[in-house]
Amino acid sequence: MSDNAITADGLRKRYGETQAVDGVTLQVKRGEFYGILGPNGAGKTTTMEILEGLREPDEGSAQLLGRPSWPRDPALLHRIGVQLQASAFFERLTAREQIRTFAALYGVDESRADEMLETVGLTEKANTRENKLSGGQAQRLSIACALVHDPELVFLDEPTTGLDPQARRNLWDLLRRINSTGRTVVLTTHYMDEAETLCDRVAVMDHGRVLRVGPPQELVQELGVDTLEDVFLQLTGREYRE
Amino acid sequence: MKAFLSLSLAMARGLARDRAAVFFTMIFPLMFLMLFGALFKDQGVGRSEIVQVGAVKVLDGMPDGERAALRDVLKIEKTDGSAAARKEALEKVRKGDADAAVFQQDGKVQLRYSAADQVRSGTVRGVLDSIVQQANQRATGQPPAFALRTDTVEDKTTKPIQFLTPGLLGWAVAMGGVFGSAFNLVSWRRKRILRRLWLAPVNARTVVGARIGVNLTTAFAQTAIFLAVASLPYYGLKLTGHWWLCLPLVVCGTLAFMSIGLLVGSFAKTEEAANGLAQVVILPMAFLSGAFFPLDNAPQWVRTVSDFLPLKHLSQAMQDVLSRGESWGAALPVMGGLLLFATVLTLIAARLFRWDDA
Repeated sequence: MSDNAITADGLRKRYGETQAVDGVTLQVKRGEFYGILGPNGAGKTTTMEILEGLREPDEGSAQLLGRPSWPRDPALLHRIGVQLQASAFFERLTAREQIRTFAALYGVDESRADEMLETVGLTEKANTRENKLSGGQAQRLSIACALVHDPELVFLDEPTTGLDPQARRNLWDLLRRINSTGRTVVLTTHYMDEAETLCDRVAVMDHGRVLRVGPPQELVQELGVDTLEDVFLQLTGREYRE
Repeated sequence: MKAFLSLSLAMARGLARDRAAVFFTMIFPLMFLMLFGALFKDQGVGRSEIVQVGAVKVLDGMPDGERAALRDVLKIEKTDGSAAARKEALEKVRKGDADAAVFQQDGKVQLRYSAADQVRSGTVRGVLDSIVQQANQRATGQPPAFALRTDTVEDKTTKPIQFLTPGLLGWAVAMGGVFGSAFNLVSWRRKRILRRLWLAPVNARTVVGARIGVNLTTAFAQTAIFLAVASLPYYGLKLTGHWWLCLPLVVCGTLAFMSIGLLVGSFAKTEEAANGLAQVVILPMAFLSGAFFPLDNAPQWVRTVSDFLPLKHLSQAMQDVLSRGESWGAALPVMGGLLLFATVLTLIAARLFRWDDA
């Protein structure tokens, strides 16, 4: 059994004219909190999707917890949790019904689903329909759905986008708690402060490639700047994207 | 099993809470049944209205018994015998307000009718002719040498409810199938639930099975409601022996139309597009398949086209087993055909399947 939660080797993916992912190689250790940073269109989401096993890479391969993530492997899916960028909810179901449905897909008890709802502070919103939840509540529910089966490895795609500062801090606490129980967390984000406080290591991506990997503080020192944001801008430039 | 039940429940709840979907799949077809059932309840040629201008001996001298017998078929409006009244009566016939005008001239009964409605004019002529003949016969003072006794038989096939119920039920099942699978596919693709399910340890059989289960439950509910309403004394549907064969037909029909929905859902990018596309498929098919009215008098090309439409065969077979006393012989080939249709379309839809909008 490998020490790595994720081993990706030379991933490439092309969509028509666009080389979305252009040779991504990375390792994520077990128990690590890993951030993937990059401007819009850098290939973060596609990289995540390949790692999760949602898409087949044109080239290269990814191993999760020692097993290939492609082709689809139901035994592996039991051990990973995924939050997609847009919240994927069943239409017209309440928060409790959503998470219970996801729990059932993983063979998890309803009581565990209700516990998870409590963990993300949505017990009061249990009977609220999916389309009546605020942005933050929907994000928390979608994270709860990703965690309901107690996965060893969690993927979160921009989990704090659109949240107010309160919701963001609460979510950080939740993610830290998840990570402190020994689970590996991989997230993408646009917020450098978030990456700085949460992540053990970050990978800065652009144009489908990983430009630099390291703990935030080391990257800051290495490039002789003040913050992770400076690192980011130095590596990826300041032109507008998309 | 847990995943299957839970997904079925999620789909059923999603459907039951969608008021538009409930209306269009459950209530809308039922409204058609109740409306058409009431409209066509007393179908056929109604009473003929004629205008009698002045005195007409054969009509005025009719015995009471004969007059009573004619009351159901003939309504006679009397006017005075002036020239103006005659002109007015003829004008009424021309406009279609009256079916015929009758007056006596030179000792002869004169009948003037419009040829616009030949069935109607034939009826009026027949009735008047029989009145005249009977008057002639009475004038001879002899008992009639030949007599015609008539009575009606209970003719089940001609009662409109007997073809309306199977036809509209077929249409309802078709709508439920097409919309159910098309909307489900499009909305799950848009909301990325398809992707999310790919990343959950469920297999495709469970997901597809749950959808089929929900659709079949809806279709059976529709069938039960339809048959119950149509069997009310007011509508008077009489089910024949092997009527329960409509259940396997409903199953096969649901699968066939769900496969059309899959195809629609493969092309449509939004729910609105799916709705439009599904209507474009279903509505002409319903008309061309004789779901709303029988195609016996339709032009040959319509009947040829309808032979290629699954809804025509479904409606036909439903009618055969529900109200025409037919059995496996009528149902089995149609069931086979529908399943074949479903298989072919599902295979095509599988090739067109997309996970994402893009």
